[in-house]
Amino acid sequence: MAKVKMTVNGRQVGSDCEDRTLLVHFLRDNLALTGTHVGCDTTQCGACVVHMDGRSVKSCTILAAQAAGSTITTIEGLAANGELHPVQAAFKANHGLQCGFCTPGMVMTAVDMIRRHGANLDEATVRAELDGNICRCTGYHNIVKSILAAAAEMAGAQQAAE
Amino acid sequence: MYATNYHRASSVQDAVKLQAGADEGKYLSGGMTLIATMKQRLASPSDLVDLRHIPDLKGISGNGKSVRIGAAVTHFDVASSAELKAVCPAICDLAHHIGDPHVRHMGTIGGSVANNDPAADYPAALLALDAIVVTNAREIKAADFFTGLFETALEDGEMIVAITFDAPQRAAYAKFRNPASRYAMTGVFVARRDNGDVRVAVTGAGADGVFRHSGMEATLAANWSPDALAGIAVDPSNLMADIHASSEYRANLVKVMAKRAVAAS
Repeated sequence: MAKVKMTVNGRQVGSDCEDRTLLVHFLRDNLALTGTHVGCDTTQCGACVVHMDGRSVKSCTILAAQAAGSTITTIEGLAANGELHPVQAAFKANHGLQCGFCTPGMVMTAVDMIRRHGANLDEATVRAELDGNICRCTGYHNIVKSILAAAAEMAGAQQAAE
Repeated sequence: MYATNYHRASSVQDAVKLQAGADEGKYLSGGMTLIATMKQRLASPSDLVDLRHIPDLKGISGNGKSVRIGAAVTHFDVASSAELKAVCPAICDLAHHIGDPHVRHMGTIGGSVANNDPAADYPAALLALDAIVVTNAREIKAADFFTGLFETALEDGEMIVAITFDAPQRAAYAKFRNPASRYAMTGVFVARRDNGDVRVAVTGAGADGVFRHSGMEATLAANWSPDALAGIAVDPSNLMADIHASSEYRANLVKVMAKRAVAAS
């Protein structure tokens, strides 16, 4: 048992947990942030994707202790001032979800993808980069559509700001 | 997962000391294999020594001719390194096709090399590039490093610090991915040096892990073209067979991947 401290969604948090505790369980059980899901538990499905120090990672395959001292963003940390993040809004507008179980991981993956590729994101890249996220409803077409719409929207907003 | 004790090492010496002081200590890098294995209770180290925060294991450096990749450099950072792209784009391409984006953000070259999974990608690159595995104690040539399935020349407690190699004149990697696991069902790394020396290294196919194919090397040394490999027969007798592919199927893949790699180089 050790006290693990990190910054989650902009808030300093600390909680006691066993060294073998996975980051996803730390987030869900210790911090009550249940938006991050456990799907396959074998590092394949991506329902548990969060951002650690700005990069997408699978929180079911990282110990909370490994993440100590890092900055974590979960799905709960995306919306600001009650406004959906553009990626969340695009998933809603394009029906980018069916049962919704994979959605938190899909959205966190999309945000990371758009951060790295920006307006250059094309359909082939989106499909290739969804390699680590599985949708059992097989709703991939609208997920891809949502991500491309969000990338275009965010590039437009950035241009307008400049 | 069975209970374990987590330690964060601040330096190479610190890590070696922490590992030596544990009952059954294991080094932990990105954890993309080790944590997954521990979750399945197929590994149960008493202690984990986290290497991700050791400054000496980070960074990629080079002089345009030879490069040094720190053991804790992630697949993502290898894939996107401008320094590496300038001297050996093949290794960037290889790293870009490991696992998925999230795995590439965590998994490291040192971890992959130390694990020596027979279907991992890096062993083929290291063998074909005649790379050196630098440990806390010595330098080991790739040819002497990979000794069998999940077996390496690393002594108990010895840890990889960096990988170094000289820039090849031409190189490429072609991989037939298992669509579920993304591991190589067969991957072939080809490299040619300025002096005409050619190496062809195969991963994912050998029953004893990564290996070189001397017949292809001799043929490509004389004529560096995919067509030159047309007459080569790959012997299936020492190749893996499993539910994904028979050894005969893999033998054919070795040839097809080698041709694709040469064509892409």
